[in-house]
Amino acid sequence: MYKETHTHEEHLSIVAQGLTKRFGSFTAVDNISFNVKKGEIFGFLGANGAGKTTAMKMLCGLSKPTSGNATVAGFDVSTQSEQIKKNIGYMSQKFALYEDLKVWENMRLYAGIYGLNDNEIKSRTDEILQQLDFQNERNTLVKALPLGWKQKLAFSISIIHQPDIVFLDEPTGGVDPAARRQFWELIYQTADKGITVTRTTHYMDEAEYCNRICILVDGKIVALDSPKQLKETYSAQNIDEVFRLLARKAIRNQ
Amino acid sequence: MYTNRFSTFLSFVRKECYHIFRDRWTTIILLIMPVLMIILFGFAISTEVKNAHIVVLDPSQDAATHAIVNKLATSEYFTIDRYVYDLKEIDALFKKDKIGMCIVFSERFYENMMHSGDAHIQLIADGSDPNYAYTLTQYATALISTYQQENLFQNIKLPYQIQTDIKMLYNPTLKGAYNTVPGVLGMVLMLICAMMTSISIAREKEMGNMEILLVSPLKPITIILSKTVPYIILSFINFATILLLSVFALKVPIAGSLGLIILISCIFIFVSLALGLLISTLVNTQMVAMLISGVVLMFPVILLSGMIFPVESMGVFFQWLAKILPANWYIAAIRKVMIQGLGITSVVKEIIVLLSMAVVLIAVSIKKFKVRIE
Repeated sequence: MYKETHTHEEHLSIVAQGLTKRFGSFTAVDNISFNVKKGEIFGFLGANGAGKTTAMKMLCGLSKPTSGNATVAGFDVSTQSEQIKKNIGYMSQKFALYEDLKVWENMRLYAGIYGLNDNEIKSRTDEILQQLDFQNERNTLVKALPLGWKQKLAFSISIIHQPDIVFLDEPTGGVDPAARRQFWELIYQTADKGITVTRTTHYMDEAEYCNRICILVDGKIVALDSPKQLKETYSAQNIDEVFRLLARKAIRNQ
Repeated sequence: MYTNRFSTFLSFVRKECYHIFRDRWTTIILLIMPVLMIILFGFAISTEVKNAHIVVLDPSQDAATHAIVNKLATSEYFTIDRYVYDLKEIDALFKKDKIGMCIVFSERFYENMMHSGDAHIQLIADGSDPNYAYTLTQYATALISTYQQENLFQNIKLPYQIQTDIKMLYNPTLKGAYNTVPGVLGMVLMLICAMMTSISIAREKEMGNMEILLVSPLKPITIILSKTVPYIILSFINFATILLLSVFALKVPIAGSLGLIILISCIFIFVSLALGLLISTLVNTQMVAMLISGVVLMFPVILLSGMIFPVESMGVFFQWLAKILPANWYIAAIRKVMIQGLGITSVVKEIIVLLSMAVVLIAVSIKKFKVRIE
């Protein structure tokens, strides 16, 4: 497929410059600029209402920026949202599987949406079932699966079309720590294959697993670095401390 | 790319069918509900009477009285219980609560009818149940009028005039089912299309699937179309069920053109789908979608469509309310075509009103849908 690429930014998945979103007089996202490298695990960290979801919606092509611009997988978010949609995956905290469809039926449905042909659907389905060790659950209705399994399945389905970037919006809500650890293993495997993972979270311990994190306060980026570097800069024990230090300046109500 | 998109669409339709048919109760309710409604409104909630026992007092015993008694006896509404020879016996029979009505002929009935025009029939009914009594006398009156029309026509003056009530013309024995069938059709199509569509779209939102679909390359129009197709098919199945039941179980004939009935129904299905779509753009949960479609759509249709209470006797406000309900226009049109057997020229107004409602509803819901995506 033909793809518009910028030679000097070829290793970058997301390039955002001065990205801003206003709703009337309220500025949800205020002039944020950042780059995300290919295969990177990039985390948006912030309190509720800090602008994480709005920023992510603009990157997914669901919401047009008021000013500034961004390219995702080489496409402009303002003008090429259709191409962006084909090259990204998305998973929300609700998992969004169809409960009264079987495991393989969910896979086929989502794969079909992204235009995979029958052979591709078959091979991707087998591959994912094997990777998740789900071979025996192929014909199980999704509603019969435990929550942690649903989460892993939802993630695998969100990358069934092997996108350049996958966006995860608070994907670990409500699952136990063991399931969260397994889920992270899955994320690492995905990033190793060169798929960029961008996620939002408000679990501070999870932020430590990201390659780099970007802390949003009142729609602005107040810090952007690797967890290790952030802890050093703010001489903190963990990311939770860093976050408390920075979020203290927040004006907006949570 | 085209075939690809079409297969996506089909797999979506299939998915929607799984939602319906994998849930046993949904399936049962959607397929059985129209049958239950027809039975409920056609048989149970009915003022009509079948096989009422009547008593005959006939001192004349001539050709005319025999013909009239025969006419009553062969109708499905009356069964001749016995002949009596004295008015005094009647009182005892009524008290034993065995009979519904008594028919009393005057003496030398035929002779008087032909010559002096002074033949009398008295109908005696039990006034302690006024509705029942009224219905029985209405039926009997109607049947006697028919006899009068068929046989004697001119120079006879029976105490009964030919009824000019419109209902009598198209529904000579005041069968409740004539009124019920169009009403149930309107209710069921509204329920399946508006309620089920709004609930099924609200479910996608509630479960978070809608978010995923909007981020996918799928066009919103594909999502919406694929969600409506199964309910369109379902409403056609229900439509056929209701028509078959009404013709064969309730004996309500289709007087007008079946094609026209189908055309009007298609327009109404379209209006209902648009209404369901509009509701689904306004709400986020299945519960609210169900409440809105139930309260805003179902109750007014049941109460204001004239199925149970005549709209003409309601206040001005309710008459206005009744006018903005799409189901009422549909029911009126179906009544005209199916029961009265009228042609397309007499339902042009209803068709235009329904079409304009469809256009407005679609325009508003598309606008709402776009706003939501933004």
